Amino acid sequence: MSLPLFFFYVFSAIAVASAFMVISARNPVHAVLFLILTFVNAAGLFMLAGAEFLALLLIVVYVGAVAVLFLFVVMMLDVDFAELKSGLLQYAPVGILVGVVLLLELLLVAGSAFISPEIAGGAALPIDNTIQNTRALGQVLYTRYVFLFQGAAAVLLVAMIGAIVLTLRHRPGIKRQSTAEQIGRKASETLKVVKVKSGQGL
Amino acid sequence: MDFLLAALDYLLGIPFLGWGTQIGFVYKALALLVGLLIFTAFILLGDRKVWAAVQLRRGPNVVGPFGLLQSFADLLKFVFKEAIIPAGADKVLFLLAPLITATLALAGWAVVPVSDGWAMANINVGILYLLAISSLGVYGVIIGGWASNSKYPFFGSIRAAAQMVSYEVSIGLVIITVLLCVGSLNLNDIVIAQSEMGLAHALGVPWLSFLNWFWLPLFPMFVVFYISALAETNRPPFDFAEGESELVAGFMTEYSATPYLLFMLGEYISILLMCAMTTILFLGGWAAPIDLPPFTWIPGIIWFFIKVTLVFFMFAMAKAIVPRYRYDQLMRIGWKLFLPLSLIMVVIVAFVLQLTGWGWNGGVA
Repeated sequence: MSLPLFFFYVFSAIAVASAFMVISARNPVHAVLFLILTFVNAAGLFMLAGAEFLALLLIVVYVGAVAVLFLFVVMMLDVDFAELKSGLLQYAPVGILVGVVLLLELLLVAGSAFISPEIAGGAALPIDNTIQNTRALGQVLYTRYVFLFQGAAAVLLVAMIGAIVLTLRHRPGIKRQSTAEQIGRKASETLKVVKVKSGQGL
Repeated sequence: MDFLLAALDYLLGIPFLGWGTQIGFVYKALALLVGLLIFTAFILLGDRKVWAAVQLRRGPNVVGPFGLLQSFADLLKFVFKEAIIPAGADKVLFLLAPLITATLALAGWAVVPVSDGWAMANINVGILYLLAISSLGVYGVIIGGWASNSKYPFFGSIRAAAQMVSYEVSIGLVIITVLLCVGSLNLNDIVIAQSEMGLAHALGVPWLSFLNWFWLPLFPMFVVFYISALAETNRPPFDFAEGESELVAGFMTEYSATPYLLFMLGEYISILLMCAMTTILFLGGWAAPIDLPPFTWIPGIIWFFIKVTLVFFMFAMAKAIVPRYRYDQLMRIGWKLFLPLSLIMVVIVAFVLQLTGWGWNGGVA
């Protein structure tokens, strides 16, 4: 067994085990932490596959930002475990259905090379080992898939604006800080120098 | 050592021993680790001395000459005290949090080139690795605050989560502007690019190499990076996660003895990592400021740590001089000021590079 293979088994074993713990952990915060462990191990698998850019992007975006906000929300929730458990059987058929569909889709993707090799092979580009990962991705992303890439960006922008519009409420009559106003004011407008004679007062 | 590797080799059928021909790697890593810890001990003392000097105090001056051994005395004190775990705490996570902080801070140094090619791992995506490591640093704080099962630590960790995620965005964009100029994610390339192009070359005085470095052409980004680095490492004036006037000691309230020491150590090492990042991205890494004999005789590693110390001095002065910010104002400058500014700079830098054909082309591709 070579060293990369050894690490592959280590990463995938931890990933599978922690993915199982995500759905079986009693404490939701523990579940999120196990989810993060799964992400990190997936990044390790990417690294082993030679996709170091994707691996680190997974850590920066998912582990460093998305999961932090996720943890943030879950930590602040007041979860009632008894109530959570009570609905389990009721939703089980739907869950199983979704699981089966996902499994079938995964099998189709993974098995496409065996089912119809001529279609599966067509989409892949040959890997050029002389250029780096980051540059290779950029060259494909900004030439061949530039419209899809821009389209994805537009979808994200719409989602972001939608979230802002849904949550932004301008309530009248609230005291707000206006930094420009604070910085822009002059001493002559706000200060009055009064010369007071001693013993007389104002 | 070899025996151990051979045993592992036999048991697992993995060629650890063949791998062990690079065992010198372990010694190098150990040398970096020990050197870094000693450097941190003196940096900690320096921080306190600078703070004291600004406030017209003497600072630590009892242990050793000029208090030079103060940090080591503190270390002994922390290690020999009793580590107290609160009754309601999540025991495993409570102890895991300081370990995460310290380990991640040290792991970041694996890719830092302290001199030409002197990095533990000279990887192609080095700067991305540093960004990833610094973005993971928030977990120690969040987990520690939550696992303490106490109000103030929890407030501290909520603040830290929002703060560190916000400032990571502007740090990422600042890094992108530098990457546009260099055309490589390799830290070694970023430093070399700064000595091979720039204002000094354009003016015809290539020996004035400090004019070449990116702090001059990308000055607004240098300022944004410096302030974001303060916020990212929870340094004053942005230390809301542990603001003692509001939250006792924030996420560290329930910690004592060695776990506290690990938090403290991790915090200072990640501050040094940020200083090293500033040095690499904007201050020419290991290069001498003037490319003439008396300066070039000094080895690169010394220049590197001189620059790191200078940047840290700026961090320490900010701590001593600037009063603590207000939390909403911190979020405001992060999202409403730094993010648009750095986004606009990315666009401007990309335009200028595309139109003029400047930028470095010496990378390996």
